[in-house]
This record gives sequence, structure tokens and C-alpha cells, in this order.
Amino acid sequence: MSALADRRETGYRRDALWIAALVHRLSGVALALFLPLHFLVLGLAIRSDASLDSFLGWARQPLVKCAEAGVVFCLAVHLAGGLRVLMLETRGWRPGQRNLAIAGVLVAALAGAAYLIGA
Amino acid sequence: MKNLIVSIWRGREDGRFVTYEAPRNESQTVLDIVTYIQREVDPTLSYRFACRVGVCGSCAMTVNGRPRWTCRTHVSKVVEDNRLQIGPLANLPVIKDLATDMTRFFERWQDAKGAFAPTATRADPIAAIKPEDARRQAVDAGIECINCGVCWSACDTVRWNADYLGPAALNRAWTLQNDARDGAAKERLSAVAQKGGCQACHSHQSCERHCPQGLNPTASIAGLKKMSLSAYLRGELK
Ligand code: SF4
Ligand code: SF4
Ligand code: FES
Repeated sequence: MSALADRRETGYRRDALWIAALVHRLSGVALALFLPLHFLVLGLAIRSDASLDSFLGWARQPLVKCAEAGVVFCLAVHLAGGLRVLMLETRGWRPGQRNLAIAGVLVAALAGAAYLIGA
Repeated sequence: MKNLIVSIWRGREDGRFVTYEAPRNESQTVLDIVTYIQREVDPTLSYRFACRVGVCGSCAMTVNGRPRWTCRTHVSKVVEDNRLQIGPLANLPVIKDLATDMTRFFERWQDAKGAFAPTATRADPIAAIKPEDARRQAVDAGIECINCGVCWSACDTVRWNADYLGPAALNRAWTLQNDARDGAAKERLSAVAQKGGCQACHSHQSCERHCPQGLNPTASIAGLKKMSLSAYLRGELK
């Protein structure tokens, strides 16, 4: 291990906005991974009823439902984070970015929970 | 009060932390500790400072994981378990111990066209600028930079993107873009809209959180982003 590794110098990452940027990236990656799966299911639906039915049966399992709620959360959090940054970059500075970022995560968590309850 | 346990970076990039003890005093700053160790324990310790009152911007170091101006950082504010870890600023090559080579940081100011370009001569009357003018207020909000490099050290875009101009240079460019007396707005805007310019900023606000002068480079950079986008839409920027 390099001696540089002993040098603690990234304490600044313990911040809501740094974490918001991380969540934005990770949710983007998660969505990119999920989308091909989503299209696969759509493809199954078009091709045959039987394979779709067996797939939908599988998709009703609790674990799968939770994963889907996770996807809803990712979509909402990615959207909210993207809108916040887009506003900042095209409309200029507005104060209260930390609160906005936290609000975005809360709204996304509510969306995920609502999906789970409704499903 | 118990003695402080202080580990200080010694050597260059491949150096290591060496542990010292220093007596604790009332209202002591981190710079006081470094000075004590250099004067009383090991005179070969290298570090920089000049004013000791938060004006010159030369004393910044990494203290317990975060960049700080050490002359105005009280030990009591940053000490953890009676320990301090003091290293050189991050994202800059280490010359020796706590002294970094800030060449790249200052070169970025040049790259961002951080120099004022006068449009008048000394023979002309002094420009009348009202303090309540919105552009002047944008200048005032960002003008008190002391070039300490703290924001540069706290910025992950600097860490990850070698072309990035960095928060301080972009903040400087923004104050000049709002200066009614400056005549290089077009060239500067195209300099800060290049690869590694304002668009590279992730809006983390680490720079704002750590700037000892309470400046907000993120806000300045957001202003530059908006300015360059409108110039691009008007066809003034390629
Ligand atoms: S807001 Fe921009 S300049 Fe400031 S720390 Fe983040 S990436 Fe760097
Ligand atoms: S913007 Fe703040 S942190 Fe950055 S160099 Fe200037 S004074 Fe230091
Ligand atoms: S010694 Fe001048 S700012 Fe700290």
C-alpha cells in the first residue's frame, strides 16, 4: 500500500451534496442495468402469452416486488437529482441546494414506498 | 491539559506520518502546533505561513482529513480524541513535509484568463459603479479569495480530471465576467467553456463548505454555466 493511502484527505466527502452526486451516479448505473431487463420482459409479452404469464408469476414474489420498488426509487431519485442540477446549470445559482437534494431523496423514497404498498 | 498527539507528514509523496507530542494551550491554532514542533522538536520540518491572521493564504494544510487554513483553525475545533493528523494539501505535488507545489493551481488562473483586462487608461475618468448594481454585487460576493488552495484540495473534480480549472480560478473568472470595466469577457468565456472548464463541475459544493473566506465557488460556476449556455444558444460560442 502506498504511503499516500495513510493520508486522510477526503473528509469533505461526508456531505449531503457529495452523497447526492454519488446516489445520482449509482441510480443511473442501476437504471442502465435494469432497462435491458425491462425490454426483455416487453419482448416476452409481445412474443407469447405463456412465457409472459410464467414471468409475471415470478414477478409477484415479495423479493422481486422489493427489487421493483428499488427501481422505482432509483428512477425517482435520478429524475429529482437530474432536475435539480439542470435547474442550477441553466437558471443560475439558487440557495438551499442541500435541502433540495435531501427533499429529492425523501420524495423518491416515498415513491418507492407508495409502489410497494400499492403493488 | 494533556499533551496533544500530533502526526505530521514528513518527506515527499512517498513520505510517512511521524508522531510528535505538543503541549496544549488556550486558544491554540493548528499553525501554533506546527510552529512549536518546528521550533522546539525538529527544525527540519518544512511548512509555509506568512501573515498568521488569515490574509495571505499560504498556511493551508490537511487537518484530520479536511483542508483548512491553519492559522485561523483552533485546535479545539478540529481535535479528535486528543489527536491531530496534519498533512500537506491534497491534489498538489508535495515538495517536502507540509509544503506543496502550487504551480498547477496558479497556472489554472492563467488558463481561466483570471487577469483583469483594462478598457481605460489612467488618463480616463474613474468608472462610476454603484454598489447596488447587480453585477457589482456578484463581483463582491466572490472577490475576497486569498488563493489558499483549500477549495482545490476539497474538490473531487480536481482530483479526477487533470484538465479541470478548479473552483478558485473559475470563481475568479466569474467576478471578472461581472466587472463592467473589464474588456476580455468574450475570450474568458470561451476559455472557461472549454474541456475542463465550468461544465466539468459536479456542484458538490465541497469548495463552498471548506472555503475559509466563506465564498461560494459553486454559485460562481453555476453563473458561468448559465452564461456560457446562453452564449452558445446565441451562436457566440463554438
Ligand atoms: S462544486 Fe464544483 S468546484 Fe466545487 S468542489 Fe464540487 S466539483 Fe469542485
Ligand atoms: S475560493 Fe476560498 S478556498 Fe478557494 S482559494 Fe479562494 S479563499 Fe481559498
Ligand atoms: S498564515 Fe496567512 S492565511 Fe494563514
